[in-house]
Amino acid sequence: MTRTDPLDVPRPHAQLHFGVFFQGVNHWTIWSAPESGSQIDPASFRKVAQTAERGLFDAFFLGEGLRLREVDGKIHDLDVAGRPDALTQLAALAAVTRRIGLVSTSNSTFNEPADLARRLSGLDLLSEGRAGWNVVTTDNAWTGANFRRGGYLDHADRYRRAEEFLTVARALWDGWADGAVAGTQTASNWAAPGAVRQVRHRGPQFDVDLAPTLPRSAQGHPVIFQAGDSGEGRDFAARNADVIFSAHGNDFDDALAFAEDIRTRLRAVGRPDDDLRILPGTEIIIGATEEEAQEKKRWVRLQQVTPATALGIASLLWGIDLSDRDADGPLPAEDPVVAENDGSFGARRIADPRAVVAEWRAKAEAPGWSLRETVIALGPQRGHVGTPAGLADKFAHFVRHGALDGFNVTPYLIPDGLDDIVDLLVPELQERGVYRTEYTGTTLRDHLGLREPLTHRTAADRRQAS
Amino acid sequence: MAPPFALYGREFTCSRKELPLSRPALHLAVELDGDGAHPAAWRRAAHSPDQLLTPRRVAQVAAVAENAGFTLITLDDGVLPPGAAPNPVGRIGAVERAAFVAASTSSIGIAPVVPLTYAEPFHVSSQLASLDHVSAGRAGWVVTEEDQPEAARAWGRPLVEGAEARARESRDGVEVARALWDSWEDDAVIRSVATSRYLDRERLHYIDFTGETYAVKGPAIVPRPPQGQVVVLGRPDRVPAAQLDVGLVGGHDLTSITAAAAAAGTARVFAEVEVALDTPDATAAARVADLERHAPWPDQGRLRHIGSAEQLVALLRELSRHVDGVRLHPLVLDEDLAVLSRLVLPALSERRLVARPLPGTSLRTTLGLARPANRFAAASLPEDAR
Ligand SMILES: Cc1cc2nc3c(=O)[nH]c(=O)nc-3n(C[C@H](O)[C@H](O)[C@H](O)COP(=O)(O)O)c2cc1C
Repeated sequence: MTRTDPLDVPRPHAQLHFGVFFQGVNHWTIWSAPESGSQIDPASFRKVAQTAERGLFDAFFLGEGLRLREVDGKIHDLDVAGRPDALTQLAALAAVTRRIGLVSTSNSTFNEPADLARRLSGLDLLSEGRAGWNVVTTDNAWTGANFRRGGYLDHADRYRRAEEFLTVARALWDGWADGAVAGTQTASNWAAPGAVRQVRHRGPQFDVDLAPTLPRSAQGHPVIFQAGDSGEGRDFAARNADVIFSAHGNDFDDALAFAEDIRTRLRAVGRPDDDLRILPGTEIIIGATEEEAQEKKRWVRLQQVTPATALGIASLLWGIDLSDRDADGPLPAEDPVVAENDGSFGARRIADPRAVVAEWRAKAEAPGWSLRETVIALGPQRGHVGTPAGLADKFAHFVRHGALDGFNVTPYLIPDGLDDIVDLLVPELQERGVYRTEYTGTTLRDHLGLREPLTHRTAADRRQAS
Repeated sequence: MAPPFALYGREFTCSRKELPLSRPALHLAVELDGDGAHPAAWRRAAHSPDQLLTPRRVAQVAAVAENAGFTLITLDDGVLPPGAAPNPVGRIGAVERAAFVAASTSSIGIAPVVPLTYAEPFHVSSQLASLDHVSAGRAGWVVTEEDQPEAARAWGRPLVEGAEARARESRDGVEVARALWDSWEDDAVIRSVATSRYLDRERLHYIDFTGETYAVKGPAIVPRPPQGQVVVLGRPDRVPAAQLDVGLVGGHDLTSITAAAAAAGTARVFAEVEVALDTPDATAAARVADLERHAPWPDQGRLRHIGSAEQLVALLRELSRHVDGVRLHPLVLDEDLAVLSRLVLPALSERRLVARPLPGTSLRTTLGLARPANRFAAASLPEDAR
């Protein structure tokens, strides 16, 4: 790729922001290699977070799934699984990191604001303003089977509940006046009288009355992430989020179209269109030369897409149990079965399996690909492959053209998978002026270059900003 | 003795058998919430009120307790504010504080208070299992109840009314948490390259719990805690003894403590003792009187020692004949913790009545408790391996 004039672009001074997503599920994490470490040892989390901090990342990010994945009613056994409670793990990391943001994926359906908002505040205080909350929604009864209320929520209500949850959470986070707690020991009151406001909320989802128990943090309150992709999810993000963790970061045009869509939605709700950071999830494979990078990609894919995983992915697509087939043989001769509910949960669903299978057959024929090779070539794709310089040029192009603001990177190896990115890619990005050379702030909000929390802006500020 | 249990590929002492011989006579736990047991303790604290809810303060108090040689720290909690104006009305969640402390200490046990009256047992189980992982086997859990009606309004859940209903929620919640901790067998992660399998699903178990008010399916989303089961502490009159590892017993005097301890029925019994000690600057009685000008020290039915360090040493010595441990509730942390660590623990240690926990040792092992067999795995083990 040739370097464009860095100033002749829509956003000449845009900066890339990196988060690291310690994923803990999915076949993208390689567990079979000699260097594959533990998915639960606290040392793994510490290593990844400290490496990311060395690389001046904005955030360390943990996902959540409230039920172990299943396929055909049986626990999915091919991928890494079993991870710590996100907030608990992050509170531990707050003690061994100094600057990096700590983002917890937590569900708004199977939590209550009094509890979760308090836990998030606690993390925000313990980390001195580095907490984030990735708001995810669930509606299914399958997940609900682990909770008191069971599956009680309609699909249409999942974001309504999330939004009302945020309203209550923000009221709790803003419940203490600034400087509420006495700064001298001789004060007659621990907290200034009237400085703590009771939160009373009565709505379709929540009917609560409580005293907030924590002050604001150094960043006001936790940074809000959102990772839903539906129209409702995007509108929710436009109204509420500081960061979108998207699935649109592989292809420039797709990323740009997503970003434009979000900017349009932001303007529609009266927010400045640079008020939100878009960080697609991705994987980055680096080699010293293009050939080496491609060779490494080949190795990575073979580790990720084991014969059983190839059959598993094909089973999902075909809607038939193919686990007894030969992954190194040809594609199954059957036509896919389009089922309403295939008993698989927490796994990807495919919109039009017949069309996908037809495409696979057509493309596999000439090269004579086996099923496994076809899945590797045409199955779920993601990520960027290249040399440090080539990737740096590409990412600079993405960010300067407003297609994204950075990436939430999932290392394919735990705990050492970030080393290449930090040691080889970050310096190239810094050389191009698209990546910080030191942390200039202390909070996650600072790192992301965000304005103050939405509820702290007056109407006048908002007009001025836009 | 059974070989040590390997944790994350490193050596880790969490014995499968009890170790009665090496146990010290007494384990000392200390409650570290806020500024101390007295509602007005903050007025005598060595820091300004706005320093209480900071990471520095949380880490510092825990470090003092660890350096002093305590076996365990507990961290009180609940959904409601810890007190009312003019006293402190803020508190960071106990599980978050515990995890933070776990990462900045190396040997002390850490037990957050987590009531189950309204909380989701599935989340609580995950949080405590995770605390056990981040602390490499040093997690405990003090089970309590939310008995104020305001707690129901805060949670937005129907009031759990009456002592019996609250006890039911605790019982069912502990049952669920414990079953979930066993729902992964220790060796469920097999990483079998030959069969492309990361997990052996035969070693994962649905718990299929059905109680009076809710059901939980399982399995857990967190692998089995390093200790197998997190150490559960609670009042034997409120939680069935069989569900507790450590019974916490109250009583205003030695006689009632002894009676409660004898009736507890738990593997270990700790007595609850409130302490105010003489310091170089003021007598215990004067310090209590100073705080009583602002607020009374509510009677929680616990033995209260107000006096010298030597008298406390004598009392603890006497208690060591009746209980396995004592949980101390210091009047003012910044004052009493210093006396405890300079005078009381050294005196007890000299007499070999207490021993500091060893780094790399699980809380269970420190307490002389066996690492429990897995309820699901035990069924499939050959007879001689049980
Ligand atoms: C990149 C990405 C990561 C996600 N990670 C999680 C996760 O860790 N836990 C979870 O429950 N949902 C996760 N989700 C799911 C979404 O948060 C959301 O609940 C789901 O996509 C349904 O919302 P939608 O219909 O708006 O897409 C993720 C989604 C995306 C796009």
